[in-house]
Amino acid sequence: MKQILTFFLFVVVSTTLVYAQETNTKGILSGNLQVDGAYYTDSLSQSQRPEGFGINSYANFNYNYGKFTAGLRFELYQPPLMGYDTKYQGMGIPYKYLSYKADELEFTVGNFYEQYGSGMILRSYEEKTLGYDNALEGVQLKYNPFKGVYLKGLFARQRNFWDYDGLVRGIDGEIVINDALGIENTELPYLSIGGSFVSKYQDPQNTTLNLPGNVAAGAGRASVVYKGFNLSGEYAYKINDPSADNNYTYKNGQGLLINATYSTKGFGVYLTAKRLDNMYFRSNRNASATSYLINNPPAIAQEHTYSLSAMYPFATQANGEMGLQSQVSYKFKKNTPLGGKYGTKINVSLSKVYDIRRDSLDEYTAIGEKGTLGYNSNFFALGDHWYTDFNIKLDKKFSNNFKGSLTQMYQEFDNNIFHVGGYHHVIYSHITVADMTYKINNNNAVRLELQHLYTKNDKGNWAMAMLEYTVSPHWFFVVWDQVNYGGFGNTDNIEAFDEIEHFYNFSFGYTKKANRIQLSYGKQREGVVCAGGVCRYVPAYEGFMLSISSTF
Amino acid sequence: MRNLFFILTMMTGLLMTAQTSIPSVQIKTVDGKPFNTSDIVFDGPVIIDFWATWCKPCVKELNAIIEEYEALAEETGLKIYAVSIDNARTSARVAPFVNTNEWPYIVLLDANSDFKRAMNVINVPHVFIFDKNGNLVEQHTSYNEGDEEHLFELIRKLGKE
Repeated sequence: MKQILTFFLFVVVSTTLVYAQETNTKGILSGNLQVDGAYYTDSLSQSQRPEGFGINSYANFNYNYGKFTAGLRFELYQPPLMGYDTKYQGMGIPYKYLSYKADELEFTVGNFYEQYGSGMILRSYEEKTLGYDNALEGVQLKYNPFKGVYLKGLFARQRNFWDYDGLVRGIDGEIVINDALGIENTELPYLSIGGSFVSKYQDPQNTTLNLPGNVAAGAGRASVVYKGFNLSGEYAYKINDPSADNNYTYKNGQGLLINATYSTKGFGVYLTAKRLDNMYFRSNRNASATSYLINNPPAIAQEHTYSLSAMYPFATQANGEMGLQSQVSYKFKKNTPLGGKYGTKINVSLSKVYDIRRDSLDEYTAIGEKGTLGYNSNFFALGDHWYTDFNIKLDKKFSNNFKGSLTQMYQEFDNNIFHVGGYHHVIYSHITVADMTYKINNNNAVRLELQHLYTKNDKGNWAMAMLEYTVSPHWFFVVWDQVNYGGFGNTDNIEAFDEIEHFYNFSFGYTKKANRIQLSYGKQREGVVCAGGVCRYVPAYEGFMLSISSTF
Repeated sequence: MRNLFFILTMMTGLLMTAQTSIPSVQIKTVDGKPFNTSDIVFDGPVIIDFWATWCKPCVKELNAIIEEYEALAEETGLKIYAVSIDNARTSARVAPFVNTNEWPYIVLLDANSDFKRAMNVINVPHVFIFDKNGNLVEQHTSYNEGDEEHLFELIRKLGKE
């Protein structure tokens, strides 16, 4: 009987496979794996566990068969690496989905990510390096009824570590006018408009305040592209949403983001302006930090990647901020006095961010008093200065084997707002970075990075040198030392240590195709890691790190 | 029971063949036009290169590929899709960035990493190389100075097939 059954199964399976191959809709299994492990020899801080192992691991599997795709992600934090929230402790499959996609229709049940417009009222995403994941769980629909018309809808709960709760509903529509009207003339401006509506529901349990159960937010956006010009903007509005973020006040929230760029071969200019007022939007009104966030208004300041220029990173203040960022980049042509033989690139950038102006409602009410309308705010009035970043970067290729870049940056950072470390005052700093690469031959290259941060505040001065040696296509070796030589009475911070501190690292790695393994040993300084405007605090530690990643 | 195991193994083996098609994901071109990734055309070899404005090795690799790009495109029909995973914070900067670097590639914006996730990309740079029939021939992550030589060689080989 068993044999008959087996035979029958064999026939069914092979027929299906043969048929599938003939129609060229064979299923595809793909995925990836990432393991980050650490052995801490010393935590260098009292609050963390003194030593031991930490491991974060993720494995994704996606299976696609014709119009269907199914997938899942296994996650393991046993225990989580230092700096990741200990609420992640454990393992499981917090992400799984099944989706169907025909020509104009797509729907997903289970978990998914989504962004409406610039993310001002809805953005669900994951950033593993930050331990951030606000995946949605529910149903998502995307529909493209006509050319140029895109509709989306969702009904879902939100991920918070290992649980899903809260309730979020949203719709979004976008019309690409040229496509919808069938305008094919590419000489004409290219226009698109869009709008979204998101609402959340939470039981209004509070007895002292009359809280809204449903809170809605809407946003409208438009963009026009003409020749090298691109102008886009989004305005968002949120009805009163008393929450822990705004001390349970009833003021409506609003946000405005405008981007303007012009570029042509060898030249680009970029300007963005933003204003946010009371724009934290969470599916749980009592939550804080990065929990239950429905939206993610984009941060306005430039994102820095060199270690010392990223020492004091800007983070969006959704309760209220206004700012500007502008940038001009130009490439001096080859064979000109400034361009030299290979051309020279210059990039000048300025970011400025302020608080919004807040005025009390009347003489009897304090600004932001619980249960009131909070404050009045003049849309165009600036509040306190929070952040300035002005930098110039030069990129130059000197010969076929030698190229380099030089960056000079000035930064003002109000640490009373951003709270990076314990020094809660304004930090003024000057940062210089030189980055040089020398190609020894076709496969071997060395790169030297020299960085310096000068400040009289916080921990004082820092210097850093990094040397990297690479052998294409498989190997890399890196060694660096970051030195804090700040104290000695040079800073106004009495807690700055009066001795030279070294934070060093040795690492090497091997890459083959899409598989990579990296081992390092070092002493990590306390700091903040940021990506996409969200930041994570990383405590100081000393130890070994092993990273493995693979895509298959 | 052993037979059943054998069949299941065989079935898995057949199903786990190399990725032959690109998942269909709705993203945007650098000038804001909607773009479905299943519309990628194969007239010759195709490179899909995931990068970001803040990723230095990514930018180095794309700058290194320029050297031979024109010649390869002419010889083999090569097309390069440079998919930026810059989010809303930096995606508006992509067009000026690309123009200043004078990149001749087709630049796409994957602002919420939907295409990145569908292609199982962990970190950038991550480069996928397809032959003219849309078969995935090779993929690699990270960039070391000189890696482009191997890439040029592979594209020339694919162009002759």
